[in-house]
Amino acid sequence: MSTFIALFTISLNAILAENFILVKFLGICPFMGVSRKTGTAFGMGLAVIFVMGLASAATWAVNEFLLVRLGLEYMQTVVFILVIAALVQFVEMFLQKALPALYQALGIYLPLITTNCAVLGVALLNIQNNYNFIESVVYGVTGGIGFTLAIVLFSSVRERLEDCDCPKAFKGFPLALIAAGLLALSFMGFSGFKVFG
Amino acid sequence: MNFKKQLKEGLLTNNPVLSQLLGMCSTMAITTTLFNGLGMGLSVTIILICSNVVISALRRLIPDKIRIAAYIVVIAGFVTMVDLLLKAYVPTLSDSLGVFIPLIVVNCIILGRAEAFASKNGVLASAVDGLTQGVGYTAALVVMCIIREFLGSGTFGKGVLGADGVRILPEQFPALLVILPVGGFLTLGCLIALTQWVNRRLAEKEREKEAVK
Repeated sequence: MSTFIALFTISLNAILAENFILVKFLGICPFMGVSRKTGTAFGMGLAVIFVMGLASAATWAVNEFLLVRLGLEYMQTVVFILVIAALVQFVEMFLQKALPALYQALGIYLPLITTNCAVLGVALLNIQNNYNFIESVVYGVTGGIGFTLAIVLFSSVRERLEDCDCPKAFKGFPLALIAAGLLALSFMGFSGFKVFG
Repeated sequence: MNFKKQLKEGLLTNNPVLSQLLGMCSTMAITTTLFNGLGMGLSVTIILICSNVVISALRRLIPDKIRIAAYIVVIAGFVTMVDLLLKAYVPTLSDSLGVFIPLIVVNCIILGRAEAFASKNGVLASAVDGLTQGVGYTAALVVMCIIREFLGSGTFGKGVLGADGVRILPEQFPALLVILPVGGFLTLGCLIALTQWVNRRLAEKEREKEAVK
């Protein structure tokens, strides 16, 4: 029961109170880059959930069984980014063969994910927080869900921003940032939110 | 090679953060005190110069197909070095920047300069490019820090000028909101709008000059 509660708390935190984009500022580039249309935003979100879950599992295993055993913890950054890059490449090849429909949908977003700081961020945070294997995977997947939630919400706001009337200098990117700020403000309502004491 | 022109590009017309809109995660996340901003800016500048030099020197040896992977390994190596050096000599900075130091690996500015400049130009030009782009990044961070620190905690130079900095606003005035994530988005949005305005004015002036000629 207590493990269930712990996992539930981790999930809730990752999705709402410590949202990867709006509170932790991880993964802003794709958040701004592919949030013009809700459809593409959702596709990116799915790809991120998938890769963050897998990357959490893979980097946890590599860290536990390779780096810690050999006393090479200081190589974490280099090894993790290589693991993630290889993983993304592998996922891409696998999807292309096995699930062409999904590959078509995610296609262009997959390679972009390698340089998404949310993925490397989750791998490093798992180690920092001393999560075990299951906690790491749950944190990765729910972090991805939080990312998807934020990017889908934001894309629907942004569709409306496209042709609104505003000072010329604010047109486009600055206005999008300010809208994202207001979204972050609403997510602040969740901070300090605890379910089980 | 035109150092002055490159410096102007790095600082204003082609500023990595404010014009190219790269590396925004760290720009918004850590710019709460001047100390953080300067530390992060300097670390990124050093890594940018080193990786630009190495990538430019190796540009004929790296096969085209795996160049991105090769760049990432070079960058990750330098990031690890800086991370370890900071942990050893400036532990306070390392603590307050936390996970954002290792995350410099995936900072688009560094990979972007490797791909756009260092892979096509000589070693010296790449070093200068790394320096000017790094200075542009640092300048953007420092401006963000000064604004957010002033509005959010009412001080200047926290961590640089003594532990608490110089108090400018009395303690009850500052809006904590500016230090929180919301403030990061709002400040950066306004700064980018300002840059766009200045750049448009500069372009208009150029055009007027051309017309007079």
